[in-house]
Amino acid sequence: MSWMNAPHSTGTSIMACEFEGGVVIGADSRTTTGAYIANRVTDKLTKITDHIYCCRSGSAADTQAIADIVTYHLNFHKMELGEPPLVQTAAAIFRELCYNYRDSLVAGILVAGWDKKKGGQIYSVPIGGMVQRQAVSIGGSGSSYVYGYVDANFKPNMSKEEAKKFVTNTLTLAMLRDGSSGGVVRLGVITETGVERLVILGDQLPKFYEG
Amino acid sequence: MASVLAPEIPAPGFSFENCQRNAFLDQKGFPAPKATKTGTTIVGIIYADGVILGADTRATENTVVSDKNCQKIHYLAGNMYCCGAGTAADTEMTTQTVASQLELQRLHTGRTVPVETAATLLKRMLFRYQGHIGAALVLGGVDRSGPHIYCIYPHGSVDKLPYATMGSGSLAAMAVFEARWKPDMSEEEGKKLVRDAIAAGIFNDLGSGSNVDLCVIRTTGPAQYLRTYEEANVKGKKQGSYRYPLGTTAVLRQRIIPLEVEAVSVRQVQPMDE
Repeated sequence: MSWMNAPHSTGTSIMACEFEGGVVIGADSRTTTGAYIANRVTDKLTKITDHIYCCRSGSAADTQAIADIVTYHLNFHKMELGEPPLVQTAAAIFRELCYNYRDSLVAGILVAGWDKKKGGQIYSVPIGGMVQRQAVSIGGSGSSYVYGYVDANFKPNMSKEEAKKFVTNTLTLAMLRDGSSGGVVRLGVITETGVERLVILGDQLPKFYEG
Repeated sequence: MASVLAPEIPAPGFSFENCQRNAFLDQKGFPAPKATKTGTTIVGIIYADGVILGADTRATENTVVSDKNCQKIHYLAGNMYCCGAGTAADTEMTTQTVASQLELQRLHTGRTVPVETAATLLKRMLFRYQGHIGAALVLGGVDRSGPHIYCIYPHGSVDKLPYATMGSGSLAAMAVFEARWKPDMSEEEGKKLVRDAIAAGIFNDLGSGSNVDLCVIRTTGPAQYLRTYEEANVKGKKQGSYRYPLGTTAVLRQRIIPLEVEAVSVRQVQPMDE
């Protein structure tokens, strides 16, 4: 069977959004090998440090390996520094790996977190290994369907509840239009106090026009 | 000129001298031999007090069944076993390599090795080889934090799940799990579910067949390897006999030819000493 050897990739919808006091990150939960859903409850929001998470898209193997290596580097960095690492530092390590190995990696990553220096931040590290800070960012195959929605509805300095609703709505719309995204919506709210994780099950997702 | 004192130094690096010949042979319909890939059904579940792993026992080389009763549940450690699908040689070698590393780790720390350690060793090895090691694994075991099932793909990605299936029969087996798996099942219920999932692979997938192997790993005690838990394909009994009764063929005449044996004996004669 050809799909057995097909690289395992996360046709994905991922998102991160700054708000007053932190960031909200979100992702769908579908992992596919060809046409088969290898995991319908995947967690694409991966912990890097206590206050830094990443949203993974692209090859599952590549992004998991990169996340493991960055986690290792930041743990080491934290011990030398004696305080929590900056989100910018995490983004720089992601970029370093993604750029140096750009010919052998398929990885589109959103690095999000909170630090004392700049508060809630989002850095996008797309496929070639660039890095760019953004107030709101979307990624994965599903993102192409919702750029318009994000541009029309994003407001700077939203409240936490507003931001959670905005991310949930965006991801739901992306999942409905993108065949390789779906399942549940996983959210993470990163603030000074830490991370709050949430799951929105399929039957609790907001309803939109279905034709 | 090459000689014993001045040997000719072979060219460094890879040799590609047979590539042209092999391409020619391939074009003439004589391709290079391929590694054995096991069309397989392997599964694992978490139940009330541990994990249950299951596998079929068919090994194939293209359309030929090369082994009707092979073992696909490999030993990793006392508290961990690992089902393998994909290239048979690769699943065998990766599990053996990791089993050895786990034993050294256990001796070094004096503790039961966590299942996550095995998952990490396996995924690092598979990721390093970028998918060229064709091993798709379902790892199951218990440790001080409870029961665990991991799905490890040839490219090195890992999923942690309460129930998992792999191999060409994974779709048939997953259909059974999606319909009937629930948290905290009893051991009897769990064994029945795993048996049914493997049976679904055996009967609905051409690459899987023969018997059901199970392995029950309890949080309370040692692992129980149930080799040939069930013969899914028992050969049917012949209804009648095709043996002719004695005397069916009439004896028309008899002639006895005496066999004359000419005996020859050879006696060894020792040469005399001077």
